[in-house]
Amino acid sequence: PERVLFPPTFSVSEIKNKQRRHFMFLRWKQQQRKEKLALKKKRRKEREALGDKAPPKAVPKTIENQRVYDETTVDPNDEEVAFDEATDEFAPYFSRQTVPKILITTSDRPRGRTVRFCEQLATVIPNSHVYYRRGLALKRIIPQCIARDFTDLIVINEDRKIPNGLVLSHLPEGPTAHFRMSSVRLRKEIKRKGKEPSEHVPEVILNNFTTRLGHSIGRMFAALFPHDPQFIGRQVATFHNQRDYIFFRFHRYIFKSEKKVGIQELGPRFTLKLRSLQKGTFDSKFGEYEWIHKRREMDTSRRKFHL
Amino acid sequence: LFVPQVVWSTLGNRQFCSYKMTTKTQNFCRNEYNLTGLCNRSSCPLANSQYATVREEKGRCYLYMKTIERAAFPRRLWERVLLSKNYEKALEEIDENLIYWPRFIRHKCKQRFTKITQYLIRIRKLTLKRQRKLVPLRRKIERRENRREEKALIAAQLDHAIEKELLERLKQDTYGDIYNFPIHAFDKALQQQDAESESESDAEREEDDDDDEDMNKREFVEAEDSELSDFEDMDKLETSSEEEQEEEEEVEKKASHSKSKGKTPLKGPARRKRPYIEIEYEEETEPSTKTKAA
Repeated sequence: PERVLFPPTFSVSEIKNKQRRHFMFLRWKQQQRKEKLALKKKRRKEREALGDKAPPKAVPKTIENQRVYDETTVDPNDEEVAFDEATDEFAPYFSRQTVPKILITTSDRPRGRTVRFCEQLATVIPNSHVYYRRGLALKRIIPQCIARDFTDLIVINEDRKIPNGLVLSHLPEGPTAHFRMSSVRLRKEIKRKGKEPSEHVPEVILNNFTTRLGHSIGRMFAALFPHDPQFIGRQVATFHNQRDYIFFRFHRYIFKSEKKVGIQELGPRFTLKLRSLQKGTFDSKFGEYEWIHKRREMDTSRRKFHL
Repeated sequence: LFVPQVVWSTLGNRQFCSYKMTTKTQNFCRNEYNLTGLCNRSSCPLANSQYATVREEKGRCYLYMKTIERAAFPRRLWERVLLSKNYEKALEEIDENLIYWPRFIRHKCKQRFTKITQYLIRIRKLTLKRQRKLVPLRRKIERRENRREEKALIAAQLDHAIEKELLERLKQDTYGDIYNFPIHAFDKALQQQDAESESESDAEREEDDDDDEDMNKREFVEAEDSELSDFEDMDKLETSSEEEQEEEEEVEKKASHSKSKGKTPLKGPARRKRPYIEIEYEEETEPSTKTKAA
């Protein structure tokens, strides 16, 4: 008989009176906390007692630590990847043959928030133009854009007066990425913001794009900005990927000393989550999809990420 | 005994009719064969033994007719006639079929037919344009994604990451000559000299001397604040080794830049007007060099 305790104790959950039950539960909780603290102290004392011979501190498990290894992770020295990148659609950009020129537009009938967001985005991305949609079909806009030397097309989709989607299409036959956009903050909603972003070309930081897919998305973002950043402007646009969410921030930095830098957030901020990547330009019916987010297959594990 | 008058006086007017919908101002009739949609004596399909309607099915319009002869056969009650697609022809067909019928029914049938054709045209036009695709949101999934986004944001520690990246870039000299902090420059100069295999102490002593000279020069310059002093300094610097010269220039540049916060570098004499920070830094590095030299 394993479970017979003498004298028989009552579990806290069996007390019928709510007040008393609550009180007993709190007492139990306090006891647990005390025990935990005592354990911690003991462990710390042991550590100190051992001194140099103490075993190294255990690294806590994080989701990033426990991430399921993705076989498409890019190795920086991988030749195949380098070869692919030299021959894909962004090669002309990275070899400085083309200068990025971006067209920003929205879905039909944009509301105030989306319009303001588009304007702010246009100030952040140099050499970009905002045009209103007025019911035009994308399939007809695209050849016109190509004729006028645009390199990228951004369509901000709107729902119930807030922007909620982004389609980024590299124009001369480039890939099209469709993102879900969330937590959009306009400039006036950002606390402690600086003045308006100036006309200088910002630097670009791309963090954590590890897999092949992430790499191509990262290159897409990089292709939005002109090649040579003007360091005088001290502005930096960051695309930071964390667990498949891409956070976009726009800062102004200043080096206070060699080891210290201060950053001040200007410009809009938003987060993106990739929904699909298409090979050609935007074509919802006949496009060839390189990657689609399939919820049932890809969202099964909490430790598996694709970007 | 089926007398329409009786039907109307019971169902339509007084007692309950399941097709009748009352609102504050009007009564509507929900019967699908109703011609006008209102609940009237003349437009109730139950209370009229001779009745006609126009209805459309899958884009084609039909004329439905009901006569007294067939009142006993509910299955065969409504006779259906397909109307032509041509608008005028269809009107003529209505007239043909409803010849000798009461004026009211004929007129209302034609009116209803006109309205139906108009909305069919509109449907066809709209389907050619781009249609908005409505994608239903799944509440559970939305909540899950929002929560995960929040957690990812916390895990990302964006400010730290950006600062780290910027400092990395500074270290790797991507910014070139814009920013130069004396410690950094000093370390670089040190490394270069080590590589050239000169003795450390010699180099330090030289630099130390130069630093001292600079200090003195700077103080001097403050008081006078003229261009001549610049040239003096430049002359004196020419004699010393290249590295030290570079270092001096770098230090000067750094000072001006740290004050101007990254605006375009000011011209020569103006630079000298701001030696304050320079002096501070010089003092900081001096004790370290002195100890090393010693």
